[in-house]
Amino acid sequence: MNHETRPLPRWDFGAATRQSLRNESLAKALFRATAKFDDGRRALMAALPESDLLREKARQIKDDVLQHLDRYLAEFADSVEKAGGVVHWARTAGDANALVASIARERNVKRIVKAKTMVSEETHLNEALEREGFCVMETDLGEYILQVAGDRPSHIVVPAVHRTKEEIADLFNSSFGVSLPPEPAEITKFARARLREEFANADMGITGANFAAADTGTVIQVTNEGNGRLCATWPPVQVVFMGIEKIIPRLEDLPVFLKLLARSATGQPMTVYTNLITGPRREGEGDGPRELHVILIDNGRTTVLGSGYRQTLRCIRCGACLNTCPVYRNVGGHTYGSVYPGPIGSVLSPLYEGRSRFNSLPHASSLCGACYQACPMKINIPHMLTAMRAEQAEHGENHVLERLGMRLWALAMRSPLLYRFGGKALRWGMLPLSSEGWVSSLPYPFSGWTKRRDFPLPAKKSFRGSFKK
Amino acid sequence: MRVSLFITCLADLFHPEIGLAMVSILRKHGVELVFPRGQTCCGQPAFNTGNWAEARSVAARMLDVFEGSEYVVSPSASCTAMIREAFPRLFVNDEALLARSEALASRSYEFIEFLGKVLNIKSTDARFDGRLTYHYTCHQRALGMTTEAEDLVKSLQGVTYIPLDGKERCCGFGGAFSIKMPDLSGHLANDKAERIIETGAEAVVVNDTGCIMNISGALKRRGVPVKVIHLARILSGEVTAP
Ligand code: SF4
Repeated sequence: MNHETRPLPRWDFGAATRQSLRNESLAKALFRATAKFDDGRRALMAALPESDLLREKARQIKDDVLQHLDRYLAEFADSVEKAGGVVHWARTAGDANALVASIARERNVKRIVKAKTMVSEETHLNEALEREGFCVMETDLGEYILQVAGDRPSHIVVPAVHRTKEEIADLFNSSFGVSLPPEPAEITKFARARLREEFANADMGITGANFAAADTGTVIQVTNEGNGRLCATWPPVQVVFMGIEKIIPRLEDLPVFLKLLARSATGQPMTVYTNLITGPRREGEGDGPRELHVILIDNGRTTVLGSGYRQTLRCIRCGACLNTCPVYRNVGGHTYGSVYPGPIGSVLSPLYEGRSRFNSLPHASSLCGACYQACPMKINIPHMLTAMRAEQAEHGENHVLERLGMRLWALAMRSPLLYRFGGKALRWGMLPLSSEGWVSSLPYPFSGWTKRRDFPLPAKKSFRGSFKK
Repeated sequence: MRVSLFITCLADLFHPEIGLAMVSILRKHGVELVFPRGQTCCGQPAFNTGNWAEARSVAARMLDVFEGSEYVVSPSASCTAMIREAFPRLFVNDEALLARSEALASRSYEFIEFLGKVLNIKSTDARFDGRLTYHYTCHQRALGMTTEAEDLVKSLQGVTYIPLDGKERCCGFGGAFSIKMPDLSGHLANDKAERIIETGAEAVVVNDTGCIMNISGALKRRGVPVKVIHLARILSGEVTAP
């Protein structure tokens, strides 16, 4: 991107956790929301007898799409054009943003309304459009709150999950000179009235796509607020901003994904709105945009397709891995420093936003496997994380102390004699630091352990010393 | 039936009593036991930090140590998962070692899993006179284990079982994670400790050595006398009360 002149500094996830763990209102807001979604997901998936079959089916469909992505994309583009839409291809984030800007400029657009799309966060579309002088308004309630606050999303489904209702009421009251109580219904009512006007005055609507059917050219959006439908139908021009991995082969494949997405995302059997958009307004139709543009964005996806991380392209951005992750639940999305947070973000951010900048994110996991178990698309996130760690070590990017320590450790572990001696030495070394079998302060680099917990002294006699035939 | 004991480095050095409890239970069921003396560690610390060259060298030795074994049983789901999940990934480019690691994977069991799947033991007449809760350790997930251990805990004679809120939530150990992200890891350990304390239980069953160190370390720091016990020690009759 041309506005980035120098590389951004490395993100230190460990340091960021120290900040976040001190933030109590964050902890409160996060815990409430993620527990609700995670519990809801578990209950609904458990109540769906065919959930395992559905997950397997969804995995197969997506793997087939990824295997033949070129063919399916060509078919999708054809279908969109047959239905009267226009397809644009964007190789980079910058290309994608420039395409939207030029469509808007040519049509003399001034005001743009936007539904929630993660890929527009990825390309920083709003900033790009604002730099060109367009007025861009987010219409998803969460995104709207963040836009008013000048804040960034911290979750891929519930962008403002880190803010309590009290904070949101305060924000609106001070920004708009009103006096709303901290009641979700009141806050929503207020935002809805303001947003109505935006819809009515907008010259262009931008939406994302949850899925896109190759056989019919249908773009599918799944939302709960209805703002997506207004973005897609009210303004005269609609732009669908989507990553190339969103394709599904046939419209009839959609139910498999719909059943999984709502349950996994928010613990709902179905979302409130499911929009199926095939082409612009047709002759004789009473609503819908006059023009429909679909922007198909690569921005690194084809590179990932050809790598060992291909399965991440199956992701349907449901957020289940975030809601269930013990790390995410405690530190929140901003701690990841990137567009995509949580377990899947720890893989996506290095892939799309820079391996070296986000080299701490593959370590932002205890590898507990909760994400893999929750993922409706069966993405083995722990495998992806360890594979990334291995690539880092292979390129000598891990800490020199760790490298040295691991070599010594491996040497000892390859020799039972050294291992036994090492075990004894460990006990002797720790003995003077201990009291009643516990150490409460270990030296660097292990001092972190004893900041918040004690460490046990090795036993007097090991198992191998005690086992009798 | 012959079982090769894979005691794991943490149990060997820090909690030998767990291995001894396994020995007593397996012997009671007429299982012949061997303890291959060449064993050290499964290589997980190197694997999880991405140091796969080192992990490979240690894992290759494990293949030698357990060559020809009938069953390999460990008190740690984490180390069994290392053999089952990680060894084949480490040797993906070496046909001979890959075949051997897959063979070892198919003979390897976590202790409770082995009791259920191979010895068909799903209940117990062991006792525990006291209030007991249970934490589900994460690597059971990787082995496809669900409620096997919890069912055994519930079936103990004399027990008052109190379910733990968020029992499946990671305790934050994660091996090298506990050193690399110490604040976060410590926070999760303390959160787990708080949930355990909330139950009012006098002891908590935790079936993996890393998690035992982590959780008992957090409880110790808080000065709370809740005991952290591996289920094998209750099943063997070594521990019958808090
Ligand atoms: S990785 Fe899986 S669980 Fe996470 S957002 Fe993507 S589809 Fe959902």
